[in-house]
This record gives sequence, C-alpha cells and structure tokens, in this order.
Amino acid sequence: MQSYIPSIGMEVHAELATRSKMFCRCSVAFGGQPNTRTCPICLGLPGTLPVPNRAAVEMVVRTALALNCTIAMRSIFHRKNYFYPDLPKGYQVSQYGDTNPLGYGGYIEIPTSDGGVKRVGIRRVHLEEDTGKLMHLPTGESGIDYNRAGVPLMEIVSEFPPDIQNAEEAKDYLVQLRQILLYLGVCDGKMEEGSLRCEPNISVRLKGAEKLGTKTELKNLNSFKSVQLGVGYETSRQAAVLEKGEKVLQETRGWNEQKEESYLMRIKETENDYRYFPDPDLIPMVFDDAYIEGLRKSLPELPLSKSQRYEKDYGLDRKESWEFLVDPEWSRFYEEAVKLGGDPRLIRNEMVSEFAKHLNETGIPARESRVTPAHIVELTKLKKEGQITSKMGKDVFVAMVKDGRMPAQIVKESGAVQISDESQLTSIIEEVLKTHPDAVAKYKGGQVNVKGFLVGQIMRQSKGQANPEMVQDLLQKALEQA
Amino acid sequence: MSISLEEVRHVAQLARLELDEDEVLAFQGELNALLGHFLDIQGIDVSDIDAQSHAVTMQNVWAEDFPWESLPRELALKNAKVSRAGLFVVPAIIED
Ligand SMILES: [Zn+2]
Repeated sequence: MQSYIPSIGMEVHAELATRSKMFCRCSVAFGGQPNTRTCPICLGLPGTLPVPNRAAVEMVVRTALALNCTIAMRSIFHRKNYFYPDLPKGYQVSQYGDTNPLGYGGYIEIPTSDGGVKRVGIRRVHLEEDTGKLMHLPTGESGIDYNRAGVPLMEIVSEFPPDIQNAEEAKDYLVQLRQILLYLGVCDGKMEEGSLRCEPNISVRLKGAEKLGTKTELKNLNSFKSVQLGVGYETSRQAAVLEKGEKVLQETRGWNEQKEESYLMRIKETENDYRYFPDPDLIPMVFDDAYIEGLRKSLPELPLSKSQRYEKDYGLDRKESWEFLVDPEWSRFYEEAVKLGGDPRLIRNEMVSEFAKHLNETGIPARESRVTPAHIVELTKLKKEGQITSKMGKDVFVAMVKDGRMPAQIVKESGAVQISDESQLTSIIEEVLKTHPDAVAKYKGGQVNVKGFLVGQIMRQSKGQANPEMVQDLLQKALEQA
Repeated sequence: MSISLEEVRHVAQLARLELDEDEVLAFQGELNALLGHFLDIQGIDVSDIDAQSHAVTMQNVWAEDFPWESLPRELALKNAKVSRAGLFVVPAIIED
C-alpha cells in the first residue's frame, strides 16, 4: 500500500453555559419534560422579536480571545435558511462570512508527546442557536421537542487547509479545546449529553500530492474515544478506496460506536443553498477596544500554561500535571494546597491516592468534601515530619473524611503518634527477637531476607506506629549484637 | 436581469413547493416582472453611500441573562396540527 496523508478539519459545537436561551429568556437546562421551555420567540411565532443574550456574546468573545483570534469589532447575525422540523423558524440564526464571526484567524496550542506543542489554526469562532430535538416515533412519524431550540451555540472551526494530520491529533485538539472551554466556564463540556459536539471532516491524499482529497464528514461522535477511532477508521477506509483505484465520494457518514465503523448517511450531491442574509430583526454588535481589552485581561490562566507551570515550579511531569488539569476544580484544589505552603510533590501524591479514591467512591465533588486543601497540607506535613506513618495516615484520612477534623487534632485525640522514641522502639525490637529465635538464627546463618519478616512483626507489635526508618536502623544494630 | 426556468425550479425546490410545468412558466413571468423593479433601483446612483446591512442605526441592544417563565406546554402545543406525549408530531421526514 502506498503512503497516504490524512487532513482533518474540526467543526466543534459547544452549547454555552448561560442560564437563558440566545434570543429569548426561556431557561436552558438538560433533560426535563419536552416542550416545557419554549415561548413565542423560540417557537418562531409571527410578530415576535429576538433580543441577543449579552452573556452569550461575551462568552464567545472570551473564547475567541483565548483561542488567539482577531475579534470582529463589528459583527452581525445572518439567517441560514433551510426547512427541517427541528428548526421552528425555517432558518437558523448564525454568523456568515470570513471576518464577520465574533472571532477569526486564531490558533490553539496542543501539547505533543515529545514535550513540545503543536499549533492548530482556528478559522472562526461564531455564535448561533441550537435546533430542537427530533425523535422517531413508533408510528413512523417524528416527534419534536423545542426545549433546546434557541440555546446559544458556539461553533469553532479549525483552519483550512487543515493542520491536523492524524486521529490522535484530532482527539488531542478536542481534549485541549474542551479544557479551555471548561477553564473559561463557557461550556460544561459534556459530550455524552451533547453540550459539546464534534464533526470532523476527513480527506486523504497520496504522499507528495499537493491537492487535498475529497472529504467526508463524520457525525455521531460522542466521546473522545469515538473521535479518535472514527477519524482513524475513516482515514484507513479512504486510503483503501483509493488503493483500489476507486474514488472517495463527498458524503456524510455516521459513526457506529458498537461496531466501531462508519456508515453512509447521505451523499452530498450539491452544496447546500442556505441563502444567508443579514437578519433584519437583529441589529449589529459593535465593540470598542476598552471592552475587548477588559475581557482579555479577565481571562483565567489556561490549562496549557498551567501545565507548563506545574512542570517548572512544582516538579510534576506532564502526565501528572494533566491528571489535575482535566478537572478545573481539582487543579484549583491542588494550587490552593500548594499555596498554603505544602510540598507540591507530597500534596500531589496525597491527592491522587487516598483523596481521589475517596471522591471516586463517594461521587462527591472535591469542593463539597469535608477535606480541604488545608487538611491535605497538614496531613503531608505530619507524615514528612515523621509524626505518623503512612499507614497511620490512612486512618487519619478516614477520620477527617468522616468529621472534618484537622489531621493534627485527630492524631492528638487518638494518641496514635508515631513512635520515634529510641528506647521504646528498642524494647519492642528486643521482645520480637526473643519470641523469634529461629528467625534470628536464620539471619545469622546468612538468610538476610528474614529481616523483612522481623520488621513486619515489629510494626505489628507497635500497631503500625513505629517509625519505619528507625526500626530498620535499630533492628540492624540489634541483629548484629545478638 | 431575468430568471431561467431552471432557477425557478431550484427556488421552488428550496421552498419545498411542488410546481407543474405550467406553474413554473407562470412564476418565471411573475418573478421576471419583480426583478424588473430591481433594474429601476440599480439605476440610482449610490456611489457615495456605504453598504448597509440594516436600515436602523441602533446597535448593541442586549438582554441580560435572567430566565423567565416559559409557556405552559398546553399553550405551546396549541397551534400544532398533531401533538402527542408533549411532542409536536410531524410526518416522517424524508431527506431529498
Ligand atoms: Zn423561548
């Protein structure tokens, strides 16, 4: 087989995290009874006038800034005309043109496996409205729920010709974009609920060929895994078609998650004729520099910058950094703990072991847990200073989860302080050696690994409270003298 | 400026209108008459007027993001020809 180069364009739709819809104030929420969040405006009834949601516009501008876009200082809404029952008005309000979308000509940086970053161009970031939801009824008819109709929707389109060249990069692009949206707080990023949707277009061409191949569009991808598998599948499918001497057809394909293969949805014979025109009901949006610069200054630190800081200042590696960064709340918790003066490495270890396990098991978000960053910092300090063993740390953890007491207080009240007193430890060791003369004999006979067994016995005797390093030293001395 | 029969059929298709050949011819005549008016407009000298997308001079009219009470569902569904289980019901959709 000859060598083919894939080119992947990404079209991502994100439902904005506003409280109300784009052009009316019907509430925005997931689920609920169908058609309970509609009004004359979002039902497209005659005689109504839409008014844009300021918060939604601001979220898109902030996203465009975070994606290094140029901001359209004057921007208008267009009508995209087509008939489909999920579209009550017969058109979707959107933004047309190269320099009219709120943001255009930006880029996103994606961390690569070699430790660097890859830059992927962003063509446009624009604001539109979501459609209703269509359900197929057993009668063969279709049922429509307009709760989602008019929900503010942001579309982010990658640059053409595409910078993304394989399935993994496509997934990484989406992961990174989702992280940025989460940190900006503009989208909840739930792919399984459809608030973040991704439709890649894929083409392949022979290595060395200049002209891009015919592209297909892939739909129904509702997880990162589907995006990676789907794009991978589609590139090999197209390469196989070309290898057979056949032509790739311009078509829309769906992704079957169970079978892990794409299937034909429809062939696009003609370009859609949407007859875009300026929406006369919606007046222009005009921004000044002061407003845009104000928004730029208000942007939070973005995940890529955080990960570089975690690596440089906290000594974490890239994988460890992203363990925190996948969840803004988790990374905020971590940063707060480090700020309290803890050791970044020890805090990290404490958080990803007992604490993460606890949150996973209970399903409690970190911010609602009784365990605060201060608890974690104090716990790591007690361990580091040798006041408690890591085994005792686990008991302390259980106690602080239960009633929120601070670790030092728990230790004090339980009396379970680590035994670091030399004479106390020596007497425990002597007792253990006395009860296990055979082990001592074995050690003297050259079986040095029997020492591990003796350490275990000493720890048990001390109820896990013996300082492990001191036990090692003192036991060594005792065995030599025995 | 004139519109071809093919363009009439295309526009009818976009509007989901089923026209027979007589109607296509009739609409061609009507649409061409309409387009004649645009020829009159094209005769006007607009060289010193900037392109406009809107007739009004207002800009930046926003609403704040506070949800209101939506319509009761019975009312929302009242104009539907068919509704069932809280849904608007339409015939099966066949893509062209
Ligand atoms: Zn509404």
